[in-house]
Amino acid sequence: MKHVGQSYKKVDAETILSGRAAYTEDFVPAHALVIKVKRSPHPFAEIVSIDTSAAMKVPGVEAVFTYKDVPQTRFTLAGQTYPEASAYDTLILDKVVRYVGDAVAFVVAVDEETALKAEALVKVTYDVKKPILDIHEAIDNPSIIHNEEDLSYNFPVGGDPKRNIACSYKHVVGDVEVELAACDYVHEGKYFDQATVQSAMETFRCFSTIDQFGRLVVTSSTQIPFHVRRQLARALGISASKIRLIKPRIGGGFGSKQTACVEPACAFVTWKLKKPSVLIYDRSEANTCSTTRHAREWTIRIGATKDGFIRVIDMYTLSDAGAYGYHAFTTLTAGEHKSIGLYGKLKAVRYEGDVVYTNHSSGGAFRGYGATEALWPLENAVSELAKKIDMDEIELREKNVLRVGERALVFGEDERLESGLIPEAIARVKELSGWDKRPHSWQIDETHRGGLGAAMAFQGSGVAKIDVASVEIRLQEEGQYTLYTGSTDMGMGANTVLQQMACEVLGCPMANMHIYEADTDVVPFDPGSYASSTTYVTGTAAKLAAEDLRKKIIELAAKRWETSIDRIDFDGLELRMRDGSQVLSIEAFAERETCGVNRQQLAGFATWSSPTSPPPFMIGVAEVSVDTETGKVVPTHFYAVVDCGTLVNPMLAHVQAEGGITQGLGMALTEEVRYSSTGRLETNNFMHYKVPTRQDFGPITVDFVESYEPSGAFGVKSIGEVVINTSCPAVHNAILQAVGASVPNLPMIPEEVFMAMQEK
Amino acid sequence: MSLTLQLNVNGQLYTVQAAPDEMLLTTLRNLGLYSVRCGCDTTNCGLCTIWVDGEIILSCAYLTVRAQGHTITTLEGLKEEAAFLGECLASEGADQCGYCTTGMMMSVMALRRKKAHPTDQEIKDFLVGNLCRCTGYQSQLRGIRKYLEAMAQ
Repeated sequence: MKHVGQSYKKVDAETILSGRAAYTEDFVPAHALVIKVKRSPHPFAEIVSIDTSAAMKVPGVEAVFTYKDVPQTRFTLAGQTYPEASAYDTLILDKVVRYVGDAVAFVVAVDEETALKAEALVKVTYDVKKPILDIHEAIDNPSIIHNEEDLSYNFPVGGDPKRNIACSYKHVVGDVEVELAACDYVHEGKYFDQATVQSAMETFRCFSTIDQFGRLVVTSSTQIPFHVRRQLARALGISASKIRLIKPRIGGGFGSKQTACVEPACAFVTWKLKKPSVLIYDRSEANTCSTTRHAREWTIRIGATKDGFIRVIDMYTLSDAGAYGYHAFTTLTAGEHKSIGLYGKLKAVRYEGDVVYTNHSSGGAFRGYGATEALWPLENAVSELAKKIDMDEIELREKNVLRVGERALVFGEDERLESGLIPEAIARVKELSGWDKRPHSWQIDETHRGGLGAAMAFQGSGVAKIDVASVEIRLQEEGQYTLYTGSTDMGMGANTVLQQMACEVLGCPMANMHIYEADTDVVPFDPGSYASSTTYVTGTAAKLAAEDLRKKIIELAAKRWETSIDRIDFDGLELRMRDGSQVLSIEAFAERETCGVNRQQLAGFATWSSPTSPPPFMIGVAEVSVDTETGKVVPTHFYAVVDCGTLVNPMLAHVQAEGGITQGLGMALTEEVRYSSTGRLETNNFMHYKVPTRQDFGPITVDFVESYEPSGAFGVKSIGEVVINTSCPAVHNAILQAVGASVPNLPMIPEEVFMAMQEK
Repeated sequence: MSLTLQLNVNGQLYTVQAAPDEMLLTTLRNLGLYSVRCGCDTTNCGLCTIWVDGEIILSCAYLTVRAQGHTITTLEGLKEEAAFLGECLASEGADQCGYCTTGMMMSVMALRRKKAHPTDQEIKDFLVGNLCRCTGYQSQLRGIRKYLEAMAQ
């Protein structure tokens, strides 16, 4: 193939590396009003009164809005295809505030200084209620976080808000107790993963204007322009046709921008005042007042026979939705297939969970989306079970891992693993890490021990039967192709990859196409970039749109030349009669067909969705050094092999893998989430919330095996999310090897490791 | 209250109005120098890295009024060299979202002036204040090596 498989640099590289205007803040109109949000100091309270008079008297203040000023229709900020699986539990401003930092009022002024001055003068009287700051105390607590009568669900997700249950899920196959009793080895464990913060370098921001037709134009750093447009229509009580969403370059997303954040406030202010406004979160707001990964406590039982066949997995999670139930149900359910689905010899499974409302910041979407969380207890437990059986942990996994053609117990009736070079990936990671040739536990020096541990992971590629993408490719009058997509490149190179796939079909060089993305007035519908869907779902639509255009170009040329299509060659640049009698450049063809009588401008169009969500596979091996005096763990080397199907752009896939592994190492070791006793998120900046720096870990070795997935274009699956999933359990399992202690809580900071070493 | 200040930015003299407590980050962005970005409020991320008299500083914590009489350099002022470093990074896919990259590039170009042949560890140590959430730093290191090797020839 000409373009698929090439390591092209990103098509937007030059702009974003030159400092030219590219991101949302670079385009804010000069006189946009600045919005600052007055926030609750209490984790749970009802507003008794708000006095805005002093704030309004500050020269330069344009307006102060409170809950009395906003529409009263509840909605969800979760970026999901309609009907969303998240509760409609949110208002633009609410009389009840549900976490420290929840919005109380919008102060709108000519500049930031004025807005901040006025914000301090907004006087609020609260009826402070007893908060819920511990997930174990949520269910049936006398404090009811969402006691409003107008909270609603689109369909049942096991929620019971009066009991503080945002949603719940239970799936049982076979008889867990009977099968456990028949097992020779059983491991029971309890593990906790924290509410990590995505920490995109560009915080949440958007600005709004009113266009010449009186419509609302919102420019936002979002992964989900079409979903945000729909949410705003509901929140503001206006037709979606009156709203245009535009996404410029994004400074990182990782799922955080799959949930709307600043948009409702900014859109409301501009719609109300008919003036441009801007809202930019500082880092503490970004950490506190957006959405995080859901914190989850897991209990797990896993059983195997003496010959090493894993027969039972029994998992229960109690999870923290925080103040609002964004993505609570789907992250819970997504964890099942992508963790338990790995194991193909099971006879019984229980996967169950409750996600409870608390007065913490809300959970949401974070790369891995429930799979990272579920794989943490499962892959820990598999290694602990291997230890009990006295079997090599990779050998145990190899023995049990799902094979192509097999149906996992948690899969649907007609669902099979269609592709995957899983044994090859496992063999390769063993080779890379020297797994069979070195000890898995060793003394480094007097105070340090080394360990080697493994973990596997699945993910999906898009949401089966729900994600749908449309792509249009237009032949412009000068002979260039423009690809229109609603998917949102947030830095990973989606634009580049989509263009590679379309150019592969058309045959033209990359330079003959450009991409226009994520403007709801212009591009066809796309849910946005999440669920590892872009390459597989939107990419397949791009391929089909290119095929459609190619066919139309050849057909029209055949008509003009009064010949049949099989007598024409077309390489994307030139149309040629096979006998050499006619040659026409695409520029000349396009110019002729766009201008003049009886002409026809050509465009290819395709809509595609998949009945399935083929899982990419990854196996990771962590090598760690543990300081036995302090419990400090350093990941000295990480080895990973990924099967994400065909690599469209091997270099960008490689960087995705390295980046995902590193984010996972942060979750594993440094990214501590800490609340004060009064419910304030203390880890709300980069000084206290420690994302990995360059010095925190050793080399990362990544390799790929390329299976061919038949359901989409060119054999592709997904890469974006699977790569974060193995870091936490692989590090846990390496520590287990190094010092014999299982560290149950994330992050595995020195105190946790040291305590676990004392308790073993 | 605002002060009228003379600033030398990228070899050009500007007369700017700035509040006494205005940070250089804000002033430079107001001049349209968008390579300078804000990523935190606690001087931890390095996105706003620029040079004052050739030394790297964080412009989010440097008062504009202090910059009078000094030579200020942003990525935009290092044209060809910045473009070449950018090319080296892009050829390794190290740009990703790009939001942190321009600040990191200022640190890299400063490092080269101090030490033309740094070890990997010296690169990591010098750039420790430049956070990146996308890349996991590996591709950046490959791109930086490419740049340093080419510049040393």
